[in-house]
Amino acid sequence: MKDLLELSIADAREGLSQGDFSAKEYTQSHIEEIEAANDALNAFILKTPEKALEMAEKSDERIAKGEAGILEGIPLGIKDLFCTEGVGTTAGSHILDGFKPTYSSTVNTNLWNAGAVMLGKLNLDEFAMGSSNETSYFGPCVNPWRRKDDQVKLVPGGSSGGSASAVAAHLCAGATATDTGGSIRQPAAFTGTVGLKPTYGRVSRWGIVAFASSLDQAGPITRTVDDAAIMLQAMASYDEKDTTSVNLPVPDYQEQMAGKIKGLTIGIPKEYRLDGMSDEIEALWQQGIDWYKEAGAKIVEVSLPHTKYALPAYYIVAPAEASSNLARYDGVKYGLRVEGDDIISMYENTRAEGFGAEVKRRILMGTYVLSAGYYDAYYLKAQKVRTRIKQDFDEAFEKVDMLLTPTTPSPAFAEGEKSGDPLEMYLNDIFTVTVNMAGLPGISVPAGMSQSGLPLGLQLIGKPFDEGNLLKAARVIEQSAGELPEPERWWS
Amino acid sequence: MQINEATVRKIAHLARIKVTDEEAKSLENELSSILEWVEQLNEVDTNDVEPMTSAVETSMMMREDVVTDGGYAGRVTKNAPLSEDNFFVVPKVVE
Repeated sequence: MKDLLELSIADAREGLSQGDFSAKEYTQSHIEEIEAANDALNAFILKTPEKALEMAEKSDERIAKGEAGILEGIPLGIKDLFCTEGVGTTAGSHILDGFKPTYSSTVNTNLWNAGAVMLGKLNLDEFAMGSSNETSYFGPCVNPWRRKDDQVKLVPGGSSGGSASAVAAHLCAGATATDTGGSIRQPAAFTGTVGLKPTYGRVSRWGIVAFASSLDQAGPITRTVDDAAIMLQAMASYDEKDTTSVNLPVPDYQEQMAGKIKGLTIGIPKEYRLDGMSDEIEALWQQGIDWYKEAGAKIVEVSLPHTKYALPAYYIVAPAEASSNLARYDGVKYGLRVEGDDIISMYENTRAEGFGAEVKRRILMGTYVLSAGYYDAYYLKAQKVRTRIKQDFDEAFEKVDMLLTPTTPSPAFAEGEKSGDPLEMYLNDIFTVTVNMAGLPGISVPAGMSQSGLPLGLQLIGKPFDEGNLLKAARVIEQSAGELPEPERWWS
Repeated sequence: MQINEATVRKIAHLARIKVTDEEAKSLENELSSILEWVEQLNEVDTNDVEPMTSAVETSMMMREDVVTDGGYAGRVTKNAPLSEDNFFVVPKVVE
């Protein structure tokens, strides 16, 4: 039943409720596809087919009783940063070897309550630190997309590379992901999928392995804008267990995104027009502007003068918070332990063997900027710059409803192409990281193809908790872009 | 900001990560170039600017000062590489 794999979440819900197929059949077709494709793509690092079928059977029972939840019977992939009760959770790291959480993240609890089915855990950069999925202890995940007339393996982006690859290759109907500096939106752009990073505080962080707590936010990767709305509906909640979770009711996103965008004002931040920006990215952006004009939106140029400082400030704030969050991996409470002569050498040996190079680099960077005598010069300074960045957005949002930018400066690159130079890799997040620094919602939507035949994305940045309008505007890009090509199925 | 190998070793010890000589050398270069790159933040005037403490303005929620969770030491120690009677076991730290 290969055609079941083509369905969007919205259409699958329809088919399931009409009885056109069962949740078990729908899940089984995904399990078979994962079997056939995963050796080539390495998107799933843990497959849970038995659990999936068990969950699907329960979904069928609930559908029969008329008790279906909003994701009833929908098979999802879960980024392996989310704790799943009784199911191994690694964060893409060797240091969490054998860790089986005794609890589930709030996001997962919400998804299972909504009837979703878990197909397995998805590959990611180690502790979500990376933009290419190459830092995973379980090996790189591969992008289903290849350049025209070329078989070179491309990265799916990161850190949510497994989520993006699995959704783009139809191995799951949708996936959970997390975004600290662009980790949902950049892989979505690289794989021709929709990636939504909600407002900080909209989705609970409880039970998600922490990277940088003031920046981390979970959201969905899906194939359509509608599906992103459906998944966010199920993922979002107020959660007493996360003190940064915001106590606002979750609106009905599908209701909010109905209707036209006529009268909407969209800002074009001039600082995003980088020197040396490629013609195809420039043209894509202009295309987006034209689509919005046609749809009746007003386009206004705005200025976000501190844009260029977002990335360097991020590379102080994120490593500082990471060095603190990752102190807990010490060979005592969970995961790997490498013995030593005494307790200190046990810690040092465990962390030396358990962490990969990029994670070590960031922990050390964070330890340095937080160490005695440097706190004010680095961390405090960066947090003040962050206030400046946020002020830029506040001013812009007095004039406009949302902002339109490219998601990434280039299409997907090849494995190994940028892994030699950390700074070059960091520049991938140049258009996405400002959003995390200010805590805003952002969405990447497939908008066109590069000359090399790869997908490209446009990003919309919204006001806090304005996800409904953001989704409504995102649909304009989706509809205007029309039917974009699908990757060729070279993997199965 | 240029940092030397001794500084790399010092912060590696603070972070409790053993580094090899080879790693220390390459970290020296990598961390120096990242620190040099973030220097540009000094161009930003941050006088009279409060550091950002939360991305979204919210007031911390208050709750009753009562126990709301716990009582399952077995679950807490379940994933420990080494445990005994619901205690974590570590190398001897007191002589």
